[in-house]
Amino acid sequence: MDDEKLVGVVLVSHSAAVAEAVAALATGLTGSGATAPVAPAGGTGDGGLGTSAELIAAAAARVDRGAGVAVLTDLGSAVLTVKTLLAEGDELPPDTALVDAPFVEGAVAAVVAASAGAALAEVRAAATEAYDYRKV
Amino acid sequence: MLDADFFRRWLTNAADAVDRSAALLTELDSPIGDADHGSNLQRGFTAVVVTLEKEAPETPGAVLTLAGRQLISTVGGASGPLYGTLLRRTGKALGDAAEVDEATFTEALRTGIDAVAALGGAAPGDKTMLDALMPGVDALGTSFGAARDAAREGALATTPLLARKGRASYLGERSIGHQDPGATSAALLFDALAETAENPPAPGADHG
Repeated sequence: MDDEKLVGVVLVSHSAAVAEAVAALATGLTGSGATAPVAPAGGTGDGGLGTSAELIAAAAARVDRGAGVAVLTDLGSAVLTVKTLLAEGDELPPDTALVDAPFVEGAVAAVVAASAGAALAEVRAAATEAYDYRKV
Repeated sequence: MLDADFFRRWLTNAADAVDRSAALLTELDSPIGDADHGSNLQRGFTAVVVTLEKEAPETPGAVLTLAGRQLISTVGGASGPLYGTLLRRTGKALGDAAEVDEATFTEALRTGIDAVAALGGAAPGDKTMLDALMPGVDALGTSFGAARDAAREGALATTPLLARKGRASYLGERSIGHQDPGATSAALLFDALAETAENPPAPGADHG
């Protein structure tokens, strides 16, 4: 598998700990072989709870291998900040997509799919499908 | 006509108003939000004033676009992308003109407010900043003072509303009886706008 062509995944949470833990979980559940680049972007720049446009832009740049970047978020300002960066700026790599998915389940699906070499649209579909997984 | 200096003074007055009201905004944000609205906006507007002084943008559009960008990157809460979008879209709508008349500004501001509504997916009556922004811009055709009064009344009128957007919406009916912090800070922007219009710089003053 050519790592250069894997879709990157950015995980945006209000909490740095949550973003990092979900990144570790999704990577850990992906299994052996190449793992898609995953970067957490949690909390504010000074370590508080919130959203940092700069951390998000830096994380997206870090995982961009030219195949697109899937961004998953938790809620509120995380969603609004990514939407704003996509609409207003040139701060995210081309082919960056905000993925509509549950954060934890979607992150696992996205990283598994991306690691298998799925294109951005497939990564997006896999993560969104996680909404259909009912637990009871 | 409104020039770059007018808009720079507006945002400086807004920063002062946010400073004065930071404790109130955070207090309003405590029962129905996460008690950070005042400090988030204070951080954002302080950075806006610094960046406007440093970069000295020369047109109204450039002032607002730069300020919006700064809010997006500095605030850290939902008000950052929302107010950032408001100022950026308003600034973009003003284009490169060195001066704009009040009608042009009103239309540009309406474009910015529409972008905020689209971003947040909120409508008037949802107990959000739109409940002050929309009556404010509607009254701007009359006068800056009328816009200030309308925005203030809009913010006060959010108290009996049920929150339908953001964290406050999780509280359901328990959100009723609290004035919305976002509508309150939005009214401060119109307050600062009227203050700016009513206090032109002294003749001969250095406009920097």
